[in-house]
Order: sequence, then C-alpha cells, then structure tokens
Amino acid sequence: MKLFGYKLPGMSSLLIWGALWEIVGRSKITYFLPSVTEIFNTFLEILPTEAFIQAVSETGYALMSGLFFATFIGIPLGILMGKNRIVDEILLPWVNIFLSAPLTALVPVLMVLFGFGMKSIIITTTLFAIWIIMLNARAGVLQINRSLVDMASSFGAKPWDAFFKIYFWAALPEILGGVRIGFIRAVKGVIIGQLLISVVGFGALFEIYSSNFLMSHFWAVIFVLFTLAFILSEFLAFLERKVSYYASNR
Amino acid sequence: MNDSITNNIAVSVKNVSKNYGETEALKDMSLDFPKGQLTSLLGPSGCGKTTLLKIIAGLLPATSGEVIVNGVKVTTPGPDRAFVFQDFALMPWASVIRNVAFGLELRGVNKTERESIAHKYIGDVGLKGFEHSYPHELSGGMRQRVGLARALAVNADVLLMDEPFSAVDEQTRRKFQEDLLNLVKVEKKTFIFVTHSIEEAVYVSDQIAILLPRPSRVSEIIKPSGFKHKDADSIRKDSEYLDIVDRIWKSLRTYVQ
Amino acid sequence: MNHRPLYLKILSASLLFGAWEISGRIPVSFAFPTFVESMSALFVIIKDGSIFVAYMDTLQPLFLGIFISAILGIGIGLWVGLSEKFNWLVSPIFIVMQAAPLAALIPLLIMVYGVDLTSKVFVVCIMAMPVIVLNTGNAVRNTPFSIKEMGQAFLGSKKDIIFKIILPSSSPIIFAGLRLGVSAGFIGAILAELKITPTGIGDIISYSRSVGDYPTMYAAIFSIILLAVFFLNFLERIENYLFKGNNKGYISD
Repeated sequence: MKLFGYKLPGMSSLLIWGALWEIVGRSKITYFLPSVTEIFNTFLEILPTEAFIQAVSETGYALMSGLFFATFIGIPLGILMGKNRIVDEILLPWVNIFLSAPLTALVPVLMVLFGFGMKSIIITTTLFAIWIIMLNARAGVLQINRSLVDMASSFGAKPWDAFFKIYFWAALPEILGGVRIGFIRAVKGVIIGQLLISVVGFGALFEIYSSNFLMSHFWAVIFVLFTLAFILSEFLAFLERKVSYYASNR
Repeated sequence: MNDSITNNIAVSVKNVSKNYGETEALKDMSLDFPKGQLTSLLGPSGCGKTTLLKIIAGLLPATSGEVIVNGVKVTTPGPDRAFVFQDFALMPWASVIRNVAFGLELRGVNKTERESIAHKYIGDVGLKGFEHSYPHELSGGMRQRVGLARALAVNADVLLMDEPFSAVDEQTRRKFQEDLLNLVKVEKKTFIFVTHSIEEAVYVSDQIAILLPRPSRVSEIIKPSGFKHKDADSIRKDSEYLDIVDRIWKSLRTYVQ
Repeated sequence: MNHRPLYLKILSASLLFGAWEISGRIPVSFAFPTFVESMSALFVIIKDGSIFVAYMDTLQPLFLGIFISAILGIGIGLWVGLSEKFNWLVSPIFIVMQAAPLAALIPLLIMVYGVDLTSKVFVVCIMAMPVIVLNTGNAVRNTPFSIKEMGQAFLGSKKDIIFKIILPSSSPIIFAGLRLGVSAGFIGAILAELKITPTGIGDIISYSRSVGDYPTMYAAIFSIILLAVFFLNFLERIENYLFKGNNKGYISD
C-alpha cells in the first residue's frame, strides 16, 4: 500500500493497532487490557526473574525435543510412505486423520499414561508436529521428477549417492516447508500441553498470573510467546526461501 | 465521417498511443479493419500487437487516440466484440457447456436459451458429446475450441483472437488454421487475428498488417488474393503464398534478436 | 481391483485397533484399557444418554463458532484479497494470530467472559478465523489474471466477476482453509472444556479421569475424534458437490 507515494512496509499497520491498544489501555476501559507501555515495563521487570527464565528454558527444551523427535521420526516415515505404496496406503488415512483431529483431546490420555510432567509435554509437542512433517516429506518424495531418477541411473549412481546428491535436494524444499509448519504446530502443542498440565513452564506461570489477576504480567508473557513464535517461524521461512529458489523449476 | 467508409470498415483505429510509464508501447497507430474479412496483426515480440488488440477489445485503455467500431467510439468491452484468449481462460470448475454459455450467462440470457445456443456452437467447433466434460479432461486443442465456441456464442460482429493457436501442438494448429478459413467464409463476421507466425498469417488472412517495434508502427499492409479460392491443402504449395511468406520473412528478419 | 482400497482401509483400521487391544492387555499401565473395554464404555454412555447431553453442550458453541468463523472469515478474506488498503491494515493481525499459539489466550478469555456460550463461541472463532481469512485472502489475490480478464471481456459486472469467477477459482484454497479452521475450532472448544468449565464432552473426559474410570475417558476421546473426522469428511463432500471440476485427483491440504 502506498501513502504519499511511499510504499509502506508489510506489517506496519501493527503500529496503528499498537497505538490503538495503548489508548484503550490508558483509558482503563477494562481492567483486562493494560496499556502497551505498562506491559512492556512489566516485561522488563520479569525478564531477569528466575521464574521467567525457568519457564523459557523448560518450554524451549520441550519444544526442541518435541520437534527433534517429530523430524527424526517423521521425515524418514514420510519418505518411506512416498516410496512404498503399501506402507502409504496403510499409513496415509491415519496421518490425515491425526493431522486434522483435535489432538488436544489426546492430552488427558498422555497425562494419565506418562504423568504430569515434561515427558507428556514433549510427547504432546511431537504429536502436534509429526503429521504435517510426514505428509510434506511424502509429498516431496512423490514429486521428484522421473527424469531425475532416470538421469541418476543412466550415470550409474549408487543408491547412497543418488539419495544424498539428488533425491534429498529435490525433496528438500517440500520437507523444509513441512518442518516450518510443523514448528508452528509444535509451538501450539507445547503451549496447549502446558496449559493442560500446567505445572511446568509457561503453563505454570499462566496459572499463577491468572489466579492472581496480574494482567500486565499475563500479557507480557503472552507477548513474549507470540513474538518468539513469530520470529522463529520467520527464520524458518527464511531458510525455506534459501532453498526454494529451485523449487518452482523442479 | 464518410458514410461509404463506415459501410465497409468494421473497426477503425485512429492515432492510438499507449504508454506504460516511460515506455511507449504504441505510438500514433492508425489502421482500418474491413468488414467481413480476417485481418492479421503480424510482427515480432514487442511490436505491440496484443496491446493493440486489447485496446480494441476495451480491456486496456489507450493513452490517446480513439477506436471506432461500426461507427461508434468504444473504450470498454461491448456486445459488438468477442475475445479469444491465448491461454484459453476457461473456468476449470465449470463444464464445457457452462463455459461456452458463460458470455450469455453474463448478459442475463436464461438458462434454457443459452444452453441451446451453446449446444449449437459446441457442435460447430467439433466438440459434440463433450458438453459435460471438464477442462482438465480435455486436450489443449479441445480447450481452445471451447474458447472459440464461447466467443462465437455471443454473436458479436467482431471476433478478436490473441495468438489463439500458439498454445497447441503443430498438427492441431494446422487443422485450426484450415477450420478458421471455413469459419470466416461461413460466419460473415470481422476477424482480427494476432499472430507471430508468418505462414499462419499468410494462410488465413484477407489482409495482413505488419507491425514493427520501437517505435511500434504499421510498416506495410499486404492483401494476399491469388490463392484464396484454392482448397486448404493446395494453398500451402501455391507460389504466391510462398513468395509472400518469403518476402515478409526477409523484411522482419532484422527485427529478430 | 476396486476392492483393494477398501480392504486396505479395513486392514489398517484393524491393525490400529488390534494394536490398541493388545497393548491394553499388557500390564504397562492400569490406565490403558483395551480397545474392547473402551468401546463397551462407549456403548454405556450412549445407552444412558449422557454422551448426548454432553454433546449438546459442546456442539452448540462449536458449530455456531464454526459457522460464524466461516461466514465472517470468508467475507473478511474476500475484502482482504480485493482491497490492497484493507489488506495492509488487517492482514498483519491475522498473520500474527496464525503463527502464534492462540491457545494461550483461552484462559484469559474464560477469565474475562466467564464460562458460558458466548465465551466458548468466541474461543472457537479466534482459533478458526485467522487461517480462513488468510487462505481466502491469498487465493482471491492470486486469482489468475487471464480468467478475470475473460470475465471483463464478456461484459461481466463487478459482482459477477467476484461471485462467478474469483470465488469459484479460489474455492480449493478456501476449503483447505475451512478444514484447517474447523480443526482449530475443535481444538479450541475442547481446550476450553478441559481447562475450566465442567460441561460438555470435556467434562466427561476430565471427570472420568479424576475418578479413574479410564475406559469412559478413552471412549469420550474416541468419540470426539471420530466426530471431527466425520465433520471434515462432510466438508470435503460439500466441496466436491459444489465444485465438481476442482476434484482433479489427490490433494492433501
């Protein structure tokens, strides 16, 4: 969009919304919406506190572990589905179901089986992310140009070489796309897990803040979460773009 | 305006210019298109032929100058002109019959009437039996026939065709060119045909306007006449046909990068 | 040959349920009932009607929220796709909402609005709308120019071009957005119920867990997942009915 002939940067309308929030906050229309500056100050206050740092590290740990399992189990399974028709026909309906099923409903099961702790949260995170990673890995393999396969065998490539020099790169943009979406889902998973299990990480903090009606603390933590999630997802998008220059010409 | 001229000229382009910012796509172009005939706009890329066609269609506004169709000045699309697109522009979610009837649908013709008109033209372009197929089930050549049927169904006086055969294979293309010759004889409409193929232009046209780029201008107008009475196959061997093709190629050669 | 997909579906279903049955019998955890036990518990709550009472509570806000999100979401998305100004103003909000874990807001919403129908509908809406708006906006904005030009060339009015060309052309992506939105909506509804409110199917899950009645808990979870799957399948059928030409084969999301 142009204003006075200058092209405005992409997300700049957020500044307007931020200003609006500030006005609403200052006018104290509702107790539940403190002003942006107040939230920011609270954020600076809690940043160095032990509770906050522990929450961040616990969440980060759960997130990274969950994502780790999701990628290292999901990508190979997805590739297997892409290459082997029988495996595909057996697994695909379930992957599709769990992709869109309300996985939240499964959390109580995890709580019961694995207890009220980090383990359940990591498994929740993995479950949220793994399905889309599998689907995208499968799609990446399925769309590998037949000619590339023929080319590899016509030049006498050994299976190992063929995989790492050709197929991997050919499927990579798709796989990375899956990891990026999987990451966003993992973040949702780790939060939902914590909300329901709530003795760990941010879940615990939310409990404390909301039961004591510490609104600006609550919002400060939310802002932090949203910003972190957004930045990390944009970083993954950046990585994806780095390899996608060849994606549309495959 | 001279009455005898308006009787013979379907479309008249007068001093049309088109600028895109700094770039002059068309400069002061004037050209007449006789009624009931097929006139080609032939030229290398960048000579503005598609731009001119779209200005005549009313899809692009001219920066200056005017376009007069059947004595009336036009600036927007109208019922007197119909367009055939290079990439077919079919609606993939609609069946063939819906696509063909679409121009009529947009004009508010009721369903029974427009479907029966569509049926006729689907048969005319050789797609009988495919009324309820979908675009993705058809070959490229068949899709363009749908586009053509759609343009014919609205019964406009002027048919504008933007490189209509460039997206199909060579054999289909030749067949289309032969069919087009018949169509011009039968339909009694004015055809304006954009192409970059010299053979195609000389084969189908009553009149060829050769456009050159930078600045875009009409460099000459050729009226092939000698072989028009011959049958489809013989034309391609006729010596006048081959001479004209050769002549045009020599003059256009310098403009090919 | 046509039987093959059906056989394989039955095979994979029985594999999963069979695995469930077997793992239930292994004394890994008393909290892991077998498939058969859970299904019996399911029949019990169907028979005594408690499952239907629960779903009345759950489904009202869920379907209402989905319905509102779909209409509003597609409407806003359409506007976003057509107007560059509106896109600049409004898209960033939905982009942030899309990337961020909205679930974190649910406790807040319940705090603010209490535990009634309005708050649940609101929860479903904020979970479902961002993806619907963004998908619709993207699809509308990326409608192929050639087909819009064709609409102009054949004298289509602005309204015609939007409803007969742009929206149908965008329908595959809009429906993909609807499917994602519906799943997110389900998640929101269940989360709201599990977290605080003692109502609906979430209540059956929490309560049975707290008294150790695990078969019932699994039964309730099974039922909601089944419901979500059926509903999404139903959406797919609607899409196929409305836009038959879009179904060119296998597309996932």
